[in-house]
Amino acid sequence: MSIFEYNGSAVVAMVGKNCFAIASDRRLGVQLQTIATDFKRISKIHDRLFIGLSGLATDVQTLYQRLVFRHKLYQLREERDMKPETFASLVSAILYEKRFGPYLCQPVIAGLGEDDKPFICTMDSIGAKELAKDFVVSGTASESLYGACEAMYKPDMEAEELFETISQALLSSVDRDCLSGWGGHVYVVTPNEIKERILKGRMD
Amino acid sequence: MGDSQYSFSLTTFSPSGKLVQIEHALTAVGSGQTSLGIKASNGVVIATEKKLPSILVDEESVVTNVNQMSLLQVQKIQHLTPNIGVVYSGMGPDFRVLVRKSRKQAEQYNRLYKEPIPVTQLVRETATVMQEFTQSGGVRPFGVSLLVAGYDDKGPQLYQVDPSGSYFSWKASAMGKNVSNAKTFLEKRYTEDMELDDAIHTAILTLKEGFEGEISSKNIEIGKIGADKIFRVLTPAEIDDYLAEVE
Repeated sequence: MSIFEYNGSAVVAMVGKNCFAIASDRRLGVQLQTIATDFKRISKIHDRLFIGLSGLATDVQTLYQRLVFRHKLYQLREERDMKPETFASLVSAILYEKRFGPYLCQPVIAGLGEDDKPFICTMDSIGAKELAKDFVVSGTASESLYGACEAMYKPDMEAEELFETISQALLSSVDRDCLSGWGGHVYVVTPNEIKERILKGRMD
Repeated sequence: MGDSQYSFSLTTFSPSGKLVQIEHALTAVGSGQTSLGIKASNGVVIATEKKLPSILVDEESVVTNVNQMSLLQVQKIQHLTPNIGVVYSGMGPDFRVLVRKSRKQAEQYNRLYKEPIPVTQLVRETATVMQEFTQSGGVRPFGVSLLVAGYDDKGPQLYQVDPSGSYFSWKASAMGKNVSNAKTFLEKRYTEDMELDDAIHTAILTLKEGFEGEISSKNIEIGKIGADKIFRVLTPAEIDDYLAEVE
């Protein structure tokens, strides 16, 4: 079994009209055993920037702590929040620093840039960035997620419709993956508010 | 760092609480050729005297290409990034070292964040380098003060950085030989809503105030940056045009 599949994970982000949604599953497993059903994979960097990390859980937590550290210092020095594109470049550089002993995570970054334009991207564990205009996926359920998102996505959805779409895509994809699931955690971010919701899916 | 005999800091406090080496460094700056900078509402201009020590100095200028960058033997105004320029008063060789270090820091920032470095960040990092040389073993402080002119998302900015490593934001400032006259002149002439071309005229007039001999495009250097965010050193032909307008 690949080390990326040790803990199991599913993360997806989608672009809407002046808003974005980022969602993940909640299972933390040790191979076939389920250890926790409330594992947090998505974290806020600032009010308009979120990062979801899939892969090995210890690296998910450590990498998140390192990134928050870097962002806090940036905020103090530059007296402003990081733009999503800048943050993505930073994550890519930090991952590449460990090119020959990498963090075993695949980040999904989602944020609102200038003029409230949504920005999403993903990268592999050594920092190869992939920008997308519609959706990005990562984790053990990524193949199912690609299929579900491709079928359900349409451009310029408003926040409520975006929430429905990303939730259905996530729940149907994790149902096909034994290593991820046990509910969902969805953030829908507009210029004015962040809505956090927990989904109840098949609890297996 | 070298022999153990020289591993203590050469910049030590005097009983009066001063760092004498820094005072001397500021004296070196004060005997350097005058330079000045003016922040306008839509850009920044920096300028300096460029008096060559003798007529025998070969100051061949070659205008290279459509970007009109002239390759003068002695170029006192330099780019740090496409949108940040710098001029100095004091020791030329020390300036070269600082320019090299600052350019590297700017490019490192760009490589990490894929974003051009904000002017304040570059000024702070350059100032940090200068401060390190006042608290390390076996080195002396830099004998230059810098005027950094840039235009970024926060608009036009002008900073002065001293040998001690302290930096200040200025609306208009001067350094070097003629500093007190130049500053008095600038205080009188400066207005908040000045535009870039007015600022260039004012800069020329300020330089003229303390100029020994005839001012011409061969013995001054002017750099400007406008809302296009591109720092340019003016060609001698452009300086001649401005000089003619000032007459």
